[in-house]
Amino acid sequence: MLILDCPCCGVSGEETEFHAGGEAHLKRHSVGSTDDQFEEYLFMRENPRGVHFERWRHNNGCGKWFHAARCTQTLEVFGTYSAQTYEPPKEIKDAISAKRPGWSWRNFS
Amino acid sequence: MSNAVSALQGASYVGGIAEIRELGLRGMITLRGDLADKKLIKAVKGIAGTMPDARRIAMNDKAGAAWMSSDELLLMVDHADAPSTIEALNSALKGTHFLAANVSDARAVFEVSGPSAREVMAKLAPVDFAPDAFTQGMFRRSRLAQVPAALWMSREDAFTVVCFRSVGEYMFDLLSVAAQGGSEVGAY
Ligand SMILES: [Zn+2]
Repeated sequence: MLILDCPCCGVSGEETEFHAGGEAHLKRHSVGSTDDQFEEYLFMRENPRGVHFERWRHNNGCGKWFHAARCTQTLEVFGTYSAQTYEPPKEIKDAISAKRPGWSWRNFS
Repeated sequence: MSNAVSALQGASYVGGIAEIRELGLRGMITLRGDLADKKLIKAVKGIAGTMPDARRIAMNDKAGAAWMSSDELLLMVDHADAPSTIEALNSALKGTHFLAANVSDARAVFEVSGPSAREVMAKLAPVDFAPDAFTQGMFRRSRLAQVPAALWMSREDAFTVVCFRSVGEYMFDLLSVAAQGGSEVGAY
């Protein structure tokens, strides 16, 4: 069971109050992209054991989207942050580094 | 004009560990916009008396305002006053980016009351209903079993629950089962 803090409304709720929205920080390759880029956007997903970044929606609550950083192995949530960003903010990365030194995920570390 | 009726026309369940009552028609207005906007705050105060803080509800005898999200309020008035309230909002907020929609007939409203009301709520929603964790003045959107709902304490030992009218009967059945006689948990 995940306990998520919604950064939009400030409610701390368990995961059935939210809806998972897939991997975070995908680049939406579209018109003008190569076939490889489009394949990457459509199909290629991380499936890590450990640190992971996801999009979530507070669907039984304020209705807003946000980002979450968590561990797929322990279900520990390192932090949640705004949906309006292309990469995790420094305090989220620092929180992960404190618990999982040397972590990396796609281009982030 | 057709005769407006509420989803369950005042159905009630008594004799359990809490009383369940459908509260009938209530005027409800969804107001979306910039909640820090001075004109909007003034308009809300004109209707409900107070601008609610985040995750809270402001109620007086006639009307109320509840914080739904960072850009949305739920205004509650008498059912008959909803259209005129929207007209007042439209003229007060003219020129600002906002939405005021009459959702009165899209909702059902219930009251759960009695000494075990907290337990009935706690059986259905993933919310901490301990007496020191959930108090009067707080407003929470969550789910009750399988449907979304908004809830608050209308007085000590009484909760008001708002859900979509389309699931009104489900909500009434749900609350009634959770309030069945002899089903006390004794958690609080
Ligand atoms: Zn939220």
